[in-house]
Order: sequence, then structure tokens, then C-alpha cells
Amino acid sequence: MEAALLTDAQRDVQDLVRTFAEGEIAPHAASWDREHHVPLDVIRRLGEIGLLGVIVPEEHGGSGLDYTSLCLVVEELARHDAGVSVAVAVHAGLCVAPLLRFGTPTQQAAFLPRLATGALLGAYALTEPDAGSDTASIRARAVRSQGGWRLDGTKTWITNGGFADLFVVFARTGGAGARGISAFVAERGVGLDSGKEIPKLGLHTSSTAEIVLDGFAVPTDGLVGTENEGLKVALATLDGGRITIAAQACGIARAALEIAVSYAQDRSAFGGPIARFQGVQFPIAEIAARLDGAWLMVLHAAALRDGGLPHAQAGARAKLVASRVAVDAADVAVQTLGGYGYSAEFPAERCYRDAKITELYEGTSQIQRLVIARSLLGDAARG
Amino acid sequence: MKIAVCVKEVPDPTAEKRIDPDTKRLVRSGENTLNRYDRHAIEEAVRLREGAAPGAEIAVVLVAPASASRTVDKALAQGGDRSVHLADDGLSGSDIVATSRALAAVLARDSYDLIVFGQQGSDAECYVMASAVAERLARPCVTQVAALALDGSSLKVKRQVETGYETLEVSLPAVISVSDAINEPRYPSLPAIMGAKRKPHEVLSLADVGLAAGDVGVDGSRTHVSALSKPPTRGDSVKLEDDGTAAEKILAFLVERKVVA
Repeated sequence: MEAALLTDAQRDVQDLVRTFAEGEIAPHAASWDREHHVPLDVIRRLGEIGLLGVIVPEEHGGSGLDYTSLCLVVEELARHDAGVSVAVAVHAGLCVAPLLRFGTPTQQAAFLPRLATGALLGAYALTEPDAGSDTASIRARAVRSQGGWRLDGTKTWITNGGFADLFVVFARTGGAGARGISAFVAERGVGLDSGKEIPKLGLHTSSTAEIVLDGFAVPTDGLVGTENEGLKVALATLDGGRITIAAQACGIARAALEIAVSYAQDRSAFGGPIARFQGVQFPIAEIAARLDGAWLMVLHAAALRDGGLPHAQAGARAKLVASRVAVDAADVAVQTLGGYGYSAEFPAERCYRDAKITELYEGTSQIQRLVIARSLLGDAARG
Repeated sequence: MKIAVCVKEVPDPTAEKRIDPDTKRLVRSGENTLNRYDRHAIEEAVRLREGAAPGAEIAVVLVAPASASRTVDKALAQGGDRSVHLADDGLSGSDIVATSRALAAVLARDSYDLIVFGQQGSDAECYVMASAVAERLARPCVTQVAALALDGSSLKVKRQVETGYETLEVSLPAVISVSDAINEPRYPSLPAIMGAKRKPHEVLSLADVGLAAGDVGVDGSRTHVSALSKPPTRGDSVKLEDDGTAAEKILAFLVERKVVA
């Protein structure tokens, strides 16, 4: 569907990630999920072939491609393994991207070449036990110390948290509220520890961990952007991150659709394939049409970002729609497979468990609606 | 050491093959890509280059429409150093005889120590192009090579045959085709894919290689497809749905036909 919209370079990226995912991820995804195995070796191999450095400029060792290309990578990975896809989405969308936009030349030179090859794997530490959607209320503190900053606090729901080498981390440097937060970038070191892995409904191949900051020392030049204006960094980063999560949702939806179609063609009942029943056909048709719409929204939002245009609205809308399509597509896949859809020996239930997170992280669907509504309704929406 | 790897552009193997009933040719108007068997040929050439003295180079050689530039880039991303692309409208409709003539003319322009082919094309499933080109260039040829080692000015090869393997030594210059079991092609890196577009691309016409229009295409071909028909359906086939007893049914089927005791 999208082939007519993509450049040759974007199609090359898509071909590469498709070939890699079909060869190195698809055969193992079910067992990794069953064993809650985070395939770190595969994630590092993605770095070796350049897929972690898609948006890193060539002068820093990356391929210097656009955000659309990153979305193609995430979507294609998600088609086979949602956990691997979010590892890449976070590494590139939430760690590389803010360094590109807000990082100093020194920070970029220090980290981007290693992020491009996977020598460093990135994470984004914003959420806290009592600050999820309400990001302005984070409590982790950064205080000035000799040679830089000292960070204390607890972060949670940190994707890649169990293994990441480099963290974009947010902490309070000023008073309460949105204006007292700063962003930092620092490599894992003494004072930054991965806490427990959070048991999850799905996404078993993704590391989701607590991060404990206990006197974690960040050098002076670890500040990203302006002191006390870190929330701008956080929110601007999430504007782009949401597009990659929407791409992930499309990948999960596509996998679910393919499972449903294949099963409906092969499964016989009442003397022929169940695909001849409208009760099977119509949900599949509806998902296919909605998925096309969601994917076009992703490509649109990514194109806006690539063009340097405002993309917060388009990203929020794409994520709102695509995440719902993913959940519904997984539901259709399970329903089409019937009892087998509920069986862990078939892939539909994995889609079902993996899809839901796309309505939750990087802004719940309620937050996306809030972003969209406030844009449309202005001050009247703020009460 | 100069190595040429002959590659082919084929219709996307994930799409259903269609034959135009009028021309009786494979429809190539959809998505096309690099013949997957050629990836093994490029990989083997890359391994030879890695073990060779500095200065070794790999030329990717193909006869294909001018629109095959993405396929050329894929081959270069896989490890080729430069491409030599014979692209001429007069080549359309070439059979093995005509295509091998064209390929040989391109290859004869340079002094390659080794010319490598994949074992077959995934479109027409043709295995003989390496032999045909070798014959035209009067070079020794070994097909279905499953392992090889460079030994000075000769190549020691293990050749896959129906009864096992043959071990042969062939002096260079030579032509080989490699089996798809010879190696596991590496994934091209994204920087290599981006860099492929910046590698030297030489595009040639028939005149550039000393061929006339009548040497290739339909006029230069020696075969003519008169008619095509589908193979008869197998009336005695049985499709099993696995309800938990499929293995027992298959075993009973095989015992009944005395395939197993």
C-alpha cells in the first residue's frame, strides 16, 4: 500500500529490516515470548547492520535517514516481535532523537557514534511511581555537586531499563511544577541501578525496569537543553516518540491481520474454508481498511516531522487511532481462530497481549485525546 | 584478483508468477529484485576478496533493463565494488543462448580471474547460464560448488552432485556457480546500502560490447515457446487437517504403500 509513498532509500530500509526480521526474529519470537527472553544479542546485531542508527547523521556514523525510515523499521519489527520493536523505538526515538535536537555538539560527538552502532543502547527515564501522565510532578532530584550534578530518586516503567547503557533522565532542579525539571544524559555508572523487572501482560521480550538513582553523578556537560526547562525536552521528544509507537501498533495490527487471513483461508468447517463466511470476512475487511488509514496517519505524522513542521497533533492522532486498530485487530485474530486463538500455541494471543500497551505508554489514549481536544477547543477545554 | 559476479533481476519471489498468454513470457512488470541465489555468489566473492591481496575487486555484472538500478544497488550493498550493467531494449526476449552471448560479451571486456554465478535463477529456474557463458569464453567451469579455497592460481572446490561431493581443482581464470549451501550471506548494513549508490556504475549498450541487435533478443534466440499448459492435477492427493491423528494417518498411508515397514 505504502510503496508508492516511499523513497528508494526508505524502501531499502524496509527491505533490509524485513529480511532481517524474517530471518533472525520471526523463527524465535514465540519461544522468546514464552521464556520472557529479551534478545539482547539480536538488538545489538540490529546495531551492527545500522538499524539502530537510522536517524543518526552520517558524520556521526549513522545513515542520516529520516523519521519515516525509523517508523518503517519499528513497524516491520513489530510485525514479528513487539518487544524488539519498542527497544528500537525507545533507543532511537527517545534517546537519539532528543540528543539530535537538544544535545550539545560535545554530547552528540560523545554518544551518537556509539548509539548508531548499538555499542550504547539507550533509554528514556521520565516516569516515576507517582508521576506517569502527570509528568510535571516528578520527584527525582538533581542537585549541583562538585563537577556536575548528583541525582537521587526512582524511575519506573523504563523500557530498555534492564540493559541500557545510556539514559536520558529527568530530575527536578528547581521548584515544584513544570518549570523546575531538567533533562540529563549520562552513561550507566555507580549510583544508577536497574531495579526489578516489571512483570507484564505482554511485551515479554522487552525489558521494563525500575531505575534507582542513588547519588548518581552526572557531569556538568550532561545537562540536555536549558536548566529547569527539561519538560520541554520531554514533551517534544514524546511528540516524535508517539509516532514510532503508532508505527509499532500498525506492525502488531498487520501481524494480527495476517494471522487471521491465513487461518481463515486454511481452516475448514462445514465443508469448506471458514473464509467463505461473512462473519469471518467482515471483521477482517474492516481491520484491513482501518489499518490502511492508521498507517497513512503514521506516514503523515512522520512526514511532518521530517519536514520540520509541527507534528504533535498528527502524532497524537496517529497513536490514538493506530493503537486502537492494534487492539481490535488482535481481537479479530483471536476471534477468527476461535479456541486456537486463545491457545498459547498459536500466535494470535501474543498479539492480543502485546497490542494493549500501545494504548498506554508514551501517553495513554486519554492523554492523546486531551492533546487533540485542547488543540481544537483552546482555552475553553482547560476549564 | 578480479572477480565478476553475474547477477540477475527477477520478479519478487513472494508474488505469484504470471505468464503473459500473448508473449508466453514471465510477466516482469511488478516488483523486481535481486535473484536470491546470487546473494550466495556475492558472499563467496566477498570472502575471497577478504582473503586476497589488497586491490582485489568485485564487479557485479548483469544484463537487465535500465530500470534494474535498485537491483544493482542491492548487489553492490551486498559487497560488490562496482557494477557493469548491459541495458539495451534490444535484449528483451533473449533466451539462454542470446543472454549468454550478451553476458560473455560484457565479461570479455575485462580480464576477470574468476566469474561467479548463483546456482540458478529463481524466475525461470535456469541452472545452465554459468556453463553457457564458460563455453563462450572458453574457460573451465565447475557448477554447484559447495565449498572452495583459493590456492595460488587455482581453485580447490567441492562440488555437490547427486551421489555426494566431488573434489576438483580448477585453474584460473575460470567460471563457477555456487550452491545455496556454500555460505550464509551476511545482511548488508544500512550504511552499505546507502553507500551502494555512490559506487561506480557502468551502463553499457549493445554497441559498447560489440553486439548487433540481431545477436540478442528474439532474433538472437534459438528457442521459441509454442504453447504453455498447466501440469495435470494430481487426482489422488489427500489433504489432512491435523486433529491430533494426522501423524498416525500419514504413517498408515506410508505403510500401505510400503514406503516404511
